[in-house]
Amino acid sequence: MGDVLVFAEHRAGSFARTTLVAVNAGLELARKRAGRCLVVAAGENAGQAAKELARYGVAQVVVLEHPALARYLADAYAQALAALARRLGVEFVLATATAVGKDLMPRLAARLQAAMASEVVAILDDGAFVRPMYAGNVLATVEMTSPLKVLTVRATAFDPAQPSGEPAPIERRDAEIAPDALKMQFVAFAETKSDRPQLTEARIVVSGGRGLKSGENFKTVLEPLADELGAALGASRAAVDAGFVPNDLQVGQTGKVVAPELYIAVGISGAIQHLAGMKDSKVIVAVNKDEEAPIFSVADYAMVADLFKAVPELTEQVRKLKHG
Amino acid sequence: MKILVPIKRVPDPATTIRVLADGSGIATDNVKWVINPFDEIAVEEALRVKEKQPASEVVVVAVGEPAWQEQLRTALAMGADRAVLVRISPPVDTGAVARILARVAADEKPDLIILGKQAIDDDSNQIGQMLAELLGWPQATFASKVELADGRCTVVREVDGGLETLSFPLPGVITTDLRLNEPRYASLPGIMKARKKELKEIPVETLGLNLAPLLKVRRLASPSKRQAGRKVASAAELVSLLHSEAKVL
Repeated sequence: MGDVLVFAEHRAGSFARTTLVAVNAGLELARKRAGRCLVVAAGENAGQAAKELARYGVAQVVVLEHPALARYLADAYAQALAALARRLGVEFVLATATAVGKDLMPRLAARLQAAMASEVVAILDDGAFVRPMYAGNVLATVEMTSPLKVLTVRATAFDPAQPSGEPAPIERRDAEIAPDALKMQFVAFAETKSDRPQLTEARIVVSGGRGLKSGENFKTVLEPLADELGAALGASRAAVDAGFVPNDLQVGQTGKVVAPELYIAVGISGAIQHLAGMKDSKVIVAVNKDEEAPIFSVADYAMVADLFKAVPELTEQVRKLKHG
Repeated sequence: MKILVPIKRVPDPATTIRVLADGSGIATDNVKWVINPFDEIAVEEALRVKEKQPASEVVVVAVGEPAWQEQLRTALAMGADRAVLVRISPPVDTGAVARILARVAADEKPDLIILGKQAIDDDSNQIGQMLAELLGWPQATFASKVELADGRCTVVREVDGGLETLSFPLPGVITTDLRLNEPRYASLPGIMKARKKELKEIPVETLGLNLAPLLKVRRLASPSKRQAGRKVASAAELVSLLHSEAKVL
């Protein structure tokens, strides 16, 4: 009883920090429920991901094999994972709340007739979980009463797992899939090309809002600062709505949740829905010309200034600091 | 083409949410209620399909209390053809809502279901995916572009690191992301017409479903508030403080 199955997201064998977050949350949950932490990987080069993940203190890694799993698609993956969860007799199936995790886990929960808790931020000793609601303005303590339980964890709420102990055994299994039931077809993936760090992985995030006034200003004013800091670029929903930048830069309740060491909010007023995505950052800097902007209520360092003057100065000061 | 659009009644996103002292819920006095913004995008997308294929029917459905009629009427005023309210008293969990919607879909037999990717009250992001599984249908979540042709649906999805395009034969489930469209406002003639459109109420008991919640909320609490920090006068001072005091540079 109490075993946890962690779904390991990867791309062609390599995986992001968010996957190690899932493993660590899985290890914590297994410890608290006196169970084992098992990991499952599927798809192209899953064996390579499995070999690496086996080093992180887990009990076992399963590689699911089937042609229909070559590329992630919700219907095939939900079928295969549900069958595996039942075979292994686990109590929990867990993934990080990435785009894939959010897409897959509710479908899996429905298939398993399981309760599901989304974006869990804390695992309590008595088997309950804490999850945010209302853009992070409410923390709900929830309990799941179904025999099987499904959850996603918020990437910013858990540390990534660390390598530990002897590598776990790796077992290859044929996935149980009824191919006739599969209707989804992958067509294309257009990757956003960027030399900057990923928003959810970065140590520093520089975000812009409506105050930037145009997409062009993102490039000429904000990006030099981000590049000088080696930071990821983010944006408020207002900036995305206005078409300044693509939606995958959106930080907030309905975009990405980040918690970097340093978050610099430029020309962002600080709507509830934006604060939901960044208020757990370690240090927050806000630059805004409106002294009354709500962003200042969460900022450690508040600079009331015209961003078009302040940001180039900041970039220059950072350059000086780095190069003496 | 028949399109089913499930919608939810939520507090206006600009509302400041307060937790009741006993942790049993949120204060609802002075709350303005609206259609969940992502569901509004779903209604708009369905109406755009109908504009291209005039023989289409757009049916909005909600699972809630009598007050939810207000949001269904708003969707009718935007241009939806008729509405269904499955009457239920809380608490219900996401799984129960998905099972109810699956039942409504089985009766209505739509070609497409479009709904918001998440409700901005519980922030679960589950219903569309659960509904697709219960119906055995394909799903395309977080849609930023939808195209229909020859009985197939092609959807561009907002995923980590880029845009993914999926295709599936109808019927299927689509959940909307922010950039899919900009919802219209209800026009005055639209509001007048909406009063005469059908709004059918179904007591949930008549569906004969097991709706016992599997996810129970024990209590709600407010997160600890972050303290406002200090003002800095210049870029030089800020960088110096980030370096020597905060030690993040």
